[in-house]
Amino acid sequence: MPVLLEVEKLSKSFAGLRAARDLSFSVGKGEIVALIGPNGAGKTTCFNMIAGVFPPDAGTVCLAGQRIDGKRADQICRAGIGRTFQIVKPFAGLSVLENVVVGALNARRTVAEAQRHAEEVLDLIGLFPKRSHPASSLTLPERKRLEVARALATDPHLLLLDEVMAGLRPTEVDRMVQVLRDLNVERGITILLIEHVMRAVMALARKVVVMHHGEVIAEGTPNDVTNNPAVIESYLGEAVV
Amino acid sequence: MIAALLQGVPRRGVVLLLVFLAVLMVAPLFVNDYLLTVLILILYFAYAGQAWNIMMGFAGQLSLGHALYVGLGAYTGAALFFHFGISPWLSLPLTLAIAGLAGAIIGFLAFRFGVAGVYFAILTIAFAEFARIGFDHWPWVGGSGGLFVPVANYTQNDVWTLRGSPRMFYYVILTLTVMAFLICHALLRSRAGYYWQAIREDEEAARALGIDTFRYKMYAVALSAAMTSIAGVFFAFYYNNLFPEQVFHIGRSIELILGPIIGGVGTLFGPIIGAFLLTGLAEALRESMLRLGIDLPGAKQVFYGICLLLVVVLLPHGIWPPLSRALGLDAKQSDKPEA
Repeated sequence: MPVLLEVEKLSKSFAGLRAARDLSFSVGKGEIVALIGPNGAGKTTCFNMIAGVFPPDAGTVCLAGQRIDGKRADQICRAGIGRTFQIVKPFAGLSVLENVVVGALNARRTVAEAQRHAEEVLDLIGLFPKRSHPASSLTLPERKRLEVARALATDPHLLLLDEVMAGLRPTEVDRMVQVLRDLNVERGITILLIEHVMRAVMALARKVVVMHHGEVIAEGTPNDVTNNPAVIESYLGEAVV
Repeated sequence: MIAALLQGVPRRGVVLLLVFLAVLMVAPLFVNDYLLTVLILILYFAYAGQAWNIMMGFAGQLSLGHALYVGLGAYTGAALFFHFGISPWLSLPLTLAIAGLAGAIIGFLAFRFGVAGVYFAILTIAFAEFARIGFDHWPWVGGSGGLFVPVANYTQNDVWTLRGSPRMFYYVILTLTVMAFLICHALLRSRAGYYWQAIREDEEAARALGIDTFRYKMYAVALSAAMTSIAGVFFAFYYNNLFPEQVFHIGRSIELILGPIIGGVGTLFGPIIGAFLLTGLAEALRESMLRLGIDLPGAKQVFYGICLLLVVVLLPHGIWPPLSRALGLDAKQSDKPEA
């Protein structure tokens, strides 16, 4: 499987606090990879470095062989990485459709084309009936879906999903899992997700990367990592086994 | 072109707008001289408010120094006419360029070095003050003694040199206001419009969706500044005199933004409604106080303050959003698919 995203020896400190140290992992084209670990492990920091919110102190990020570390967030989006935010950031004053049109304009020439594309994406994500509502009127699960829709509308090769399942009920989790699986299978979109909901991780990921204290402590299939003693101790706890 | 403009606009809205426009077109035939000057003032504020709204209402960048662009436009147009007899329309490209460049410089300094929010607003005030002091000491434009445009000959209307009767000025500012409205309407539906609103709502999310936020904020500032400078040209030729103390004064900047804030920031009709309400009511207040023989300097400012207070407390999004819902013109929030 060709590698789409290659993260190598990524490090970041915030005023002396080591948020990430020598992070290395790769995501194959067409794969779904989960990044898990306890709170404060550095997962979102890792995402922010990949997505260009801030540059890494050291290390490299390559997308399809091209160096992207140090680029701005908008350049990285145009390079083909769409991301969602853990704390949702809807454009509250705009309608649901307008929110997604903003994303769709990334890869469409005209507003009319972007509108058509946005409607397709909303249909896929199940928000089409709410398209003319203001984004501020959405519930949290709907806002999480809007995040995914907006990122998806940019036509990414790689989707970075930051805890899109958090706060969802089990049936909603299953629904989101199904949506992501369809995107992966039907559209060939590669997905890297940060997730605490193990039910979703087990259902989706073919590979799991476990972080703790800013470092990768395990990597492998979902079964491998859930049986790894270090992972059990630092994150999952005994009950899962 | 017209079809594209009308697309997605409720038919009732188009009808109301056309009626409103028709009333404004024939108004000078029915109103007296005094009311005509009030209408000119209203349209002036509607136009300038619309231009300010591009920056604040669309792109979310608060400028409290728009008097700078009014003043630059006024002085460029007036000085070139005064010294060389150049028509304000002929010098307009230069006027637009100067104001746009001034906006771009301020925008560059702020956005490049991360000056945002309140600090950005202070920066815009600072530049307006620089200009006020600078023009005060610049003899070529008359310094603090003022610049006087050769006085109008009311018997003959000359649109080319903007010399003529109030009625001519009324139609000039009406045309400008209609054009600004149409431009803003088109902008809101363009790529830039979507990007500006995204930046206004959440800049980090906008960036994550591939928007070069620096570039689009620069566009907003430069365009808003350039459009505002046309209001300045109008101001200079309508009033025929310019003093740095007046035209660059922060009070001018504030006066200019009250309309859109009260009418509804970020809406197309906000600046127009706001201008009609504020200027209309303020003039009515002045007139009725005059009739009653009450002489209270500063009453207008107190009135503006009360209006602002009431709107901020009762209608934080301005008058237009609830008004448009009442008129059935609001597309959002309806569950029915648009026809």
